Amino acid sequence: MTAGFKPKHQRLVLVVLALVAILAAGALAAWALKNQASYFYIPSQIVANPPDPDRGVRLGGMVKAGSLKTAADGITMHFVVDDGKAQVPVTFAGIAPDLFKEGSGVVAEGHMMKDGTFVADNLLAKHDENYVPRELQDMSKQQARQTVAETR
Amino acid sequence: MSGVRWSLWVLAAFAALLGLFALQLSRPKDDTVPSTMVGKTIPAFDLPAATAQNPGLSSADLTNGQPHLLNVFASWCVPCAAEAPQLAELQREGAPLVGVAVRDQADDLAAFYQQYGDPFSRVGADKVSQLQFLIGSSGVPEIYVVDGHGVIRHQHIGMVRPEDIPDLLSRLKGARG
Amino acid sequence: MIAEFGLAALWLAAALAALQLIAAVLGQRKGGETLALLVRPAAVAQALLCGLAFLMLLWVFARTDLSVLLVAENSNAQSPLIFKIAGAWGNHEGSMLLWVTIMAAAGGLIALIERRLPERTMSATLGAQAFVTFGFYTFILFASNPFNRLASAPQGGGLNPLLQDPGLAFHPPTLYCGYVGLSIAFSFAVGALLTRQVTPEFARVMRPWILGAWIFLTIGITAGSYWSYYELGWGGWWFWDPVENASLMPWLAATALFHSVSVLASRDALRTWTIMLGVVAFSMSMIGTFLVRSGILTSVHAFAVDPTRGMFILVLLAINIGGALALFAVRAGTIAEGERFSALSREGALVINNVTLSAVLGIVLLGTLYPLVTEAFGVRVSVGPPYFNPVSAIFVFPMLVVLAVGPLLRWRGDRLARIKTPAIAVAAVGLAALLALWLIAGIAFLELLGLTLAAVVAVAAFLPLRGRSLKRLPLPVWGMCVAHFGIAVALFGMSVDSAFTVETLTAASVGQTIDVGPWKVRLDAVEPVAGPNWTALSGRLSASYHGGAEHELTPMSRTFWAPPQTTSESALLTRWNGQLYTVIGEGTPDGRWQLRLWWKPFVTCIWLGGFLIALGGFLALVGRVSVDVRRRVATRKIAARRAEMAAV
Repeated sequence: MTAGFKPKHQRLVLVVLALVAILAAGALAAWALKNQASYFYIPSQIVANPPDPDRGVRLGGMVKAGSLKTAADGITMHFVVDDGKAQVPVTFAGIAPDLFKEGSGVVAEGHMMKDGTFVADNLLAKHDENYVPRELQDMSKQQARQTVAETR
Repeated sequence: MSGVRWSLWVLAAFAALLGLFALQLSRPKDDTVPSTMVGKTIPAFDLPAATAQNPGLSSADLTNGQPHLLNVFASWCVPCAAEAPQLAELQREGAPLVGVAVRDQADDLAAFYQQYGDPFSRVGADKVSQLQFLIGSSGVPEIYVVDGHGVIRHQHIGMVRPEDIPDLLSRLKGARG
Repeated sequence: MIAEFGLAALWLAAALAALQLIAAVLGQRKGGETLALLVRPAAVAQALLCGLAFLMLLWVFARTDLSVLLVAENSNAQSPLIFKIAGAWGNHEGSMLLWVTIMAAAGGLIALIERRLPERTMSATLGAQAFVTFGFYTFILFASNPFNRLASAPQGGGLNPLLQDPGLAFHPPTLYCGYVGLSIAFSFAVGALLTRQVTPEFARVMRPWILGAWIFLTIGITAGSYWSYYELGWGGWWFWDPVENASLMPWLAATALFHSVSVLASRDALRTWTIMLGVVAFSMSMIGTFLVRSGILTSVHAFAVDPTRGMFILVLLAINIGGALALFAVRAGTIAEGERFSALSREGALVINNVTLSAVLGIVLLGTLYPLVTEAFGVRVSVGPPYFNPVSAIFVFPMLVVLAVGPLLRWRGDRLARIKTPAIAVAAVGLAALLALWLIAGIAFLELLGLTLAAVVAVAAFLPLRGRSLKRLPLPVWGMCVAHFGIAVALFGMSVDSAFTVETLTAASVGQTIDVGPWKVRLDAVEPVAGPNWTALSGRLSASYHGGAEHELTPMSRTFWAPPQTTSESALLTRWNGQLYTVIGEGTPDGRWQLRLWWKPFVTCIWLGGFLIALGGFLALVGRVSVDVRRRVATRKIAARRAEMAAV
């Protein structure tokens, strides 16, 4: 196949290939970001406008006092996330993070079911209660991850 | 040539990126969780003394007609130590300061006072973060302006910096009126 | 005194960087040759002074001199010595000093040993290096001084408990060597653009530096991945966290760069593209570091941003990267087109490698920045594996196919007929693997494809050895084979982990036995344990593989005092064919304990592959450097003999 092309055309083939690949990457990324990014909701937003059950989202709020119950299997937890306006029941199976308790803030990653419960795959609670001024803050790999865990 | 043209595109993309960075830098994210208790009366509570140095703190102490600055802190918290000079300054200006020591030990707290001073008239020991959650505080340090009837007027999240002092004092004055 | 001494050394180093820059700029003019002679000594002296300043910082940390603000904030007199010293770079100011120290050291090294390029190009390169380094000196001296004194000395705060890990203490310096090592490629690219000297010789000079930085990045990323795997207790080994992406992006660019540099070195082609990648690789290091350090991506503690500091770095970024890109835009057109080659050739395959790596780089960059973009419009999102995994796989998988056949092709141009036999053999291996896996295992599409390609690449990695004398094979070829084989090993580990991991999550009472894949795990006891600055609840587990001998595992849930914090310590049991991963959680009201157990077959291959990739790079580096040294010795001998002859 090489014999048919002059060197100049060969170069053109590569340039076109590269351009196509880069454009495809950009288009693909844009499309996938639109569809796969997980949006952040607070209870009143998720109740007013629930996302599709197959879409991964995050729900942030306070764990309502008195709502936390552990099921008989010892690992499934049910609790209510509250933002003062609306409440969402959440189910989570797993080992809860260290500072997760009633009254504390939590961000749950998971899916909003059709019946109005939120099934969490992962819980992120505040790890470090220190408000560290940003100029003192060490952004090592681990701490940055903690930081992520704290907000989102 | 084409080489120049596509490099201009890269340059433009980089400029856009810089613009985005600058925009995000210029308006820092405010992800702190403000308390929903601002404007409401502080719930009833009664905390034992944290050390022998100061008496404990109860909701009755905050409803004596006098406005207070309520500081939520801990001896294990570095910014709490860093704000000590500002608290001393507030005390010099005549602000009545009371404290809530969160999940703390009496010995550690005594050492903390020794090193950074003790501007508080009363300090309650909140061993299990009970009051902290009741007033909607999600971290230490935080300082609350509470008026004479026990209503939370203002919440300041994070360390008190020198530039925050006038604001806190004027809010305290506002709570008096 | 020590701190003031360090600060003085830093000021002097900054002054020397300025001198180096001025001498390099004025030395470019006609008649400036004498001034240009100053450039190399200035670079070496600057490196020594900056190294001295860094040593002084280590010293104040080792002695826990609490009158220094940084020590007071980040160290604790009770920590073991090794963590005290590691505390020096476990914070913003110290890590910036480490950054600039490595940069100065790299500049000093090239000034000391690199003599192959024209002196004018060399001094332009060192001038560029001085320019970048000087920017970081001003940042440290004016906005981020690590030697600031404290009026009254408090007690230290203590490293974050998770940070008390020897692996982690040496992780940032390794990554920094990689990030900052790429500044050499950046400076060489700028020097070549300024003096219009884009030659194969330039590529040969630049190559070992890129390889060195790339090896550090590879080790750093691999070690960091293993660290988060065992420390976080989530069972995962890559989270697409912005901090991880910040290290992955320079790695992708550096990987593309040393492949394109080898084309330039051997064939004098891809001139402008290689220059561009040289600029991009270090730019990615700087942008990534800026993203994680400025806190604009991952901020919680929203008040008290120090806007001057963020803006300072942003301005540095704008000047360095923007300047280099603008220079590129002006000069790229004047660089003559290199040698031509046919699409079906070694060069062609390497172009595809470069294009796909750039595409993946773009995908990772977009995914990392997307939350920032949406936030500008007031929408909060996060981007995770559902985006990164499939989208990057679309480009990585075709690249691996090219990787399998590319090394078999000849430079310049080739015919498919010539490589028919090995190509068919590789395709047959792939087809057989695909069929076998599909029929037997019945696994998901991505994992199926991953395992198939792992088999293909593993076989193809050693095909370049075919028909060559193994004894006389140059080291870089061995390096290439080992590194490509490492990719296959890592890909195998990732695919098997994702397809065959077994997880059990349960609450167990003491004495109860739990099944996880081939393992039977019994909870024997839960006991309190005390450490130096923590207490823990430690579970004692007995695990037996297919009913064989019992092994003991002790996962813990540790509670630290100052600051109060709980961390879970996972316990791992490694066999040749995988790892048993155990985590203990809280007790339930009825006296049971939460246990999370994983059987992860062949998961260790992920990191083994990573280290094989780094080893391959190391072999290539040793091969290149030893050839250079031999050549240099030979030229010197010839010169000496000529001088002798002339004397006679």
